[in-house]
Amino acid sequence: MNSKRTGEKVIYWLMRGITYLVVVFIAYILIDILIHGLPAISWEFITGDPEKSGAEGGIFPAILGTLFLVIGTIVVALPLGMFSAIYLTEYARQSKFTQTIRMAIVTLAGVPSIVFGLFGLGLFVVALDFGASILAGSLTLACMILPTIIVASEEALKAVPKYMREGSLALGATKWETIYKNVLPYALPGMLTGAILGIGRAAGETAPILLTAAAFFLPELPSSVYDQVMALPYHLYILATQHPEAQKILPMQYGTALVLLFLVIGLNFVAIILRIKVRKKYKW
Amino acid sequence: MSEILTDNNNKVHVENMNFYYGNVQALFDINMDIAEKKVTAFIGPSGCGKSTFLRTLNRMNDIIDGTRIEGKVLIDGSDIYNPMTDVVALRKKVGMIFQKSNPFPKSIFDNIAYGPRLHGVKDKNQLMEIVESCLIKSALWDEVKDRLDKSAMGLSGGQQQRLCIARALAINPEVVLMDEPASALDPKSTLKIEDLVNELKKDYTIIIVTNNMQQAGRVSDYTAFFYEGKLIEFGATGQIFTKPNQKQTEDYITGRFG
Repeated sequence: MNSKRTGEKVIYWLMRGITYLVVVFIAYILIDILIHGLPAISWEFITGDPEKSGAEGGIFPAILGTLFLVIGTIVVALPLGMFSAIYLTEYARQSKFTQTIRMAIVTLAGVPSIVFGLFGLGLFVVALDFGASILAGSLTLACMILPTIIVASEEALKAVPKYMREGSLALGATKWETIYKNVLPYALPGMLTGAILGIGRAAGETAPILLTAAAFFLPELPSSVYDQVMALPYHLYILATQHPEAQKILPMQYGTALVLLFLVIGLNFVAIILRIKVRKKYKW
Repeated sequence: MSEILTDNNNKVHVENMNFYYGNVQALFDINMDIAEKKVTAFIGPSGCGKSTFLRTLNRMNDIIDGTRIEGKVLIDGSDIYNPMTDVVALRKKVGMIFQKSNPFPKSIFDNIAYGPRLHGVKDKNQLMEIVESCLIKSALWDEVKDRLDKSAMGLSGGQQQRLCIARALAINPEVVLMDEPASALDPKSTLKIEDLVNELKKDYTIIIVTNNMQQAGRVSDYTAFFYEGKLIEFGATGQIFTKPNQKQTEDYITGRFG
């Protein structure tokens, strides 16, 4: 009896300890970036152009580049993902075919990001001749986060009770009227959650934009979607591994990492606010 | 065995109807006439097909994959399963109240205006008139008139169900299908719904599925007893409850099974 209780306790503390360990890792990363990054942050760093291959100056073009890429990605991926999810949950009959589609989506989620980069290079940059550009990069990132958005949207749609649909149909609504007026509004918060996760990934990935959008050093702002841009994760990668004076410009790296972190948190924050607002409006 | 009533104007006529979920047959050779502006109750043990039958009358089963129907269902003489039938128009004519009250997470006003708006009513004053008259008809007006803009989710269970009735009435149906409308309500709310049914039959043909025998006895003019997908007996409620022709009906009504 006693040894049984000891066993329970060991298991309990083991699991509790492992959970805390995860928090410790995250806290360590955050604190490390904050401590080393904060001194590098200045008005000039955020709004200025990079100089001497990024060893001095600011990172404004990279901030803006990442912002453009994320916006472009969401603009493409959100509608595509939402409509695919609506088709799969509301319209398609359950069959071998839809099972295959679902499996393809899950598989897509597991494809390494560098493969998406190569795919984007082949299709958007070369075959469609967009060149390395915001457009090509956004489309590539969109392909990458599409599974996340589709799966989250499907779950959100499935969470809307069946009686919402039946109630609407019984009042003489067509299928689309029912979905548009009495399903989508309630599924929107969940769909936005998918978008939030997608945004985080799109902003932070390096590999997909490496070959499709990012410029190594481009101290000027893009003027159209066909322009190449700098991007924060790629800039960070360059500074940390490719720069001849990588060790000397550590503060620049930490500063860039901190800005990227805050950008992602900020974008998530906007999406979370949006989600809370929608959820408040339709509570059941 | 089934009977056809002929002493009334019939609103619904069902002929040799069979219904299947995939390969499973749920209804067997149903023949039935349902009288206009009367209350017809469907009774029978769970799984006997009474709800399935109810849902064939506004083609609600269409939304379930793999269902199939044979035979004829006529409403006002026209076959509702004719390929040319406009399902939207049918459901406008044949309203439905569900077992679980299902107000939409919108305001009370928007709930009732949902149907009229779908069918093209945009004028705010006209919508207000509809909302008021339907709430009066469903005996809910006095309780909610000061909070039409508040969420319908804040109403009690009984109020929610009456709201759903008001919402169904807002599209001017001729037939109202009720699928165990009071099964989730307390006795007091149940009585209110029953009073409402009595009131509504002046203007509407009402078909009500119920598991509550006393309820069927109280509210209906005709009662149909279903068992294992077959219509066992159908007749005036008084006759069904006092001297049923079938042994199975008698056993069920007296509580010997089901």
